[in-house]
Amino acid sequence: MSVLVNKNSKIIVQGFTGSEGTFHAEQMIEYGTNVVGGVTPGKGGQKHLDRPVFNTVADAVKETGADVSLIFVPPAFAADAIMEAADAGIKVIITITEGIPVADMVKASNYIKNKDTRLVGPNCPGVITPGEAKVGIMPGFVFKKGNVGIVSKSGTLTYEAADQVVKQGLGITTAIGIGGDPIIGTTTKEAVELLMNDDDTEIIVMIGEIGGQLEADAAQWVKENGNRKPVIGFIAGETAPAGRTMGHAGAIVGGSEDTAQAKKKILKENGIHVVDSPAEIGKKVAEVLKG
Amino acid sequence: MNIHEYQGKEILNSFGVRIQRGIVAHNATEAVNAAKELTEQTGTGWHVIKAQVHAGGRGKGGGVKLAKNLKEVEEIAGDIIGMNLVTPQTSAEGKKVHQVLVAEDVYYPGDSETSEIYMSVLLNRATGRNMIMYSTEGGVDIESVAEKTPHLIFNEEIDPTVGLLPFQARRIAFNLGLSGTAFKEMVKFVTALYTAFEKSDSSLFEINPVLKTSDDKILAVDAKVTLDDNALFRHKDYAEMRDIREENPTEVEAKEVGLNYVDLDGNVGCMVNGAGLAMATMDLIKQAGGEPANFLDVGGTADAKRVEEAFRIILKDEKVEAILVNIFGGIVRCDRVAQGIVDAYKNLGDKINVPIIVRLQGTNADIAKELIDNSGLKIHSAVEFQEAADKVQEVLS
Repeated sequence: MSVLVNKNSKIIVQGFTGSEGTFHAEQMIEYGTNVVGGVTPGKGGQKHLDRPVFNTVADAVKETGADVSLIFVPPAFAADAIMEAADAGIKVIITITEGIPVADMVKASNYIKNKDTRLVGPNCPGVITPGEAKVGIMPGFVFKKGNVGIVSKSGTLTYEAADQVVKQGLGITTAIGIGGDPIIGTTTKEAVELLMNDDDTEIIVMIGEIGGQLEADAAQWVKENGNRKPVIGFIAGETAPAGRTMGHAGAIVGGSEDTAQAKKKILKENGIHVVDSPAEIGKKVAEVLKG
Repeated sequence: MNIHEYQGKEILNSFGVRIQRGIVAHNATEAVNAAKELTEQTGTGWHVIKAQVHAGGRGKGGGVKLAKNLKEVEEIAGDIIGMNLVTPQTSAEGKKVHQVLVAEDVYYPGDSETSEIYMSVLLNRATGRNMIMYSTEGGVDIESVAEKTPHLIFNEEIDPTVGLLPFQARRIAFNLGLSGTAFKEMVKFVTALYTAFEKSDSSLFEINPVLKTSDDKILAVDAKVTLDDNALFRHKDYAEMRDIREENPTEVEAKEVGLNYVDLDGNVGCMVNGAGLAMATMDLIKQAGGEPANFLDVGGTADAKRVEEAFRIILKDEKVEAILVNIFGGIVRCDRVAQGIVDAYKNLGDKINVPIIVRLQGTNADIAKELIDNSGLKIHSAVEFQEAADKVQEVLS
C-alpha cells in the first residue's frame, strides 16, 4: 500500500502548457505516472504531451475522471487554481508553486476546509510513491520502493534522506513533501497520521525545520496514539539566527518555542528518535529497524 | 519587507487609522521646519524626535527624545541624525540614523488619564487565520508581559469569510476596560486597523503603544509594519518604500542576482541547493567544529554563472576560512554542476584564497567527482554528507 498517490491515481497538471508544467509533466510521464491531461485556461481542446488540455478543472474531471491535481500555476494565480481544483471535486491537490501571497492562502485554506479534498503544499516538492506515481518535481531515481515513510518540509533534504535510506538497503512507501510556507494544506501531523495508518509503512522519517509548531503537534499526536511505529526526527536550522527568514517563507524563529532546539526537545519527550546530524538519518532508520 | 515607522503610519493613516502625526526630517534645519509646520497643523507645543531605523527598542538606545522647544528640536535632531543607534535589537555597532520623525506630543494632560495599550495583527500559523493580539500592558516589551502576566494578553481570531465582526471589535474594547468615547474610538480604531492589515497585504502590524489620550482619542504612537514580500507585485507603491540602507549590502547584492543569501558571523561559507538542505548544511558545519558564515540557496539551476556569483558573494566576507558546496543533484545533473564549479573557479582565479570542499550527490555524482578530482584545482571533493563534514573539520584544523 501507499498513501495519497498510487498507480491508479488519475493525475492532471494545472499550468500544463507552461515551461515548468511541461518539463515536469514530461518527467512524470517518463516515470510511469498516470498523467491523464492538464488545464490551461484558453487552451482547451488542444493536445499537449499527447494528452488533452482543458479550459477548466471541472471539464478535466468530467472527461478524464481525474482525482489528483498538480499545480504549477504562477504565484499570483495559484490560490485561485487550488480553489478551482477543490470546487471541481479533486481529492488530492498538490501545489508546487512557491511565493503565493499569505493573504491568498488564508482565503484558499479556508475555502477548502469544508470540501472533500486534501491540499499538499504549497511550496513543496510533491508526493512520490516509488514505482507507482511521481507527482512533483523530485528526481524519481533516488526513491526505491520499501517500507519507510517520509514526511518533510524541504525538497532537497527529502532527496538526501531518501538517498541515505536507500543506501542502507531500504526503500520508501511514500514520501510526502508538505512544503515550507507559513500556511500549508497537509500538516506534519496529518502526513504522519496517514503513514501511521498505512500497513506497508514500518517506520517514519519526519524532517522539520525552524518556525511554527507543526513538528511539536505531530510528536504529541504520535505519543498520544501509543507510538505505534518508530519515528525518526530531524529538525534543520539549529544555527539559524532569530528573526530571519531562511529561504522558506515559514522558516523563521519568532519565539523560543520554534527554535530547532525546542522542537528537538519536544520530539524526544514524545518518543521520537531524534538525530542531530543530517548525515545520520539513514543510519538511524536502519539501526532502529534492526532494534 | 520591513519599513520605517513613518511609512507604516502612512499606510495605517491611508485606511483611516488615527496616528500620532509627524513629519520626516533629514537634518536639524529640516527638523525645526517640520516642528513649526506640525505646530501649525496640530497645535502641539512639544515634539517627539524619533530615529527612523529598522529596529525596535529605539527609546532604550537614546533614539527617541522629547523636545520642549525649537532649540531642543534642533539639538536633539542634530544629535540623533548621523548617530549609530544601538538598541537591544541591533548589532553592537548599531544602525546609522539617516532620518528622524518629528512627531506631535500626544501625552498632553487633560480630563482623563492616558493609558498605553499593546496591539498587533498577525497570522496564526496553527489555524491559518489572522488574529489580533492585544493587551492592557502597552508601551513595554510584550515578551516580558507574556512571561509574567500571560492572562493580560488577549487574542481575537478572524474568520476570513466575514472579516472582523462588530461584536469582536466591541469585545476588544471591553476587554481593554474602555468606556464612553474611548470605547467608541477603539471600535473604530481596531476596525480600521484590520482593514488596513488585509488591504495592505501585511504580514505583521505591531502597534506598541496604542494610546488612549487624556481627551479619549485612540491613536497609534508607534507602528511596526512588515509587508508580505510575495504580495508586493500588487502594491508597487509599497515596494518603493524599501530602504536598502537598512539592509546588509551583501544580501542586497545577492538578491539582485537572484540568490537567497543571509549573512552570518561564522568562518565557513556554504552554497547549497534548497533551503532545508542549506539549513542542514549549516548545522553540519557547526557539528564539524566550524561556524556557518552564511545561508545561501542557489536554487534549482546551479549553472556556472550562478555558482560564480555565489562564490563572489561568499568571498566578500573576510571571515570566511573555507567554503562548503553541497548540491543534491536531482533533475540537475551533478556533472554539469561540477563543470560549473570548475569554470567558476577558473574565472575567479586568485580571488579564491580559501579551501573549497565540494560535495555533489545524486545524478552522475561519480562522474562529477572524477571531473573535479581531475581538474587540477585545489578542490576537496566528497560524495557522502558526512564525508563533507569530515573534510571541513580537516581543513579547519
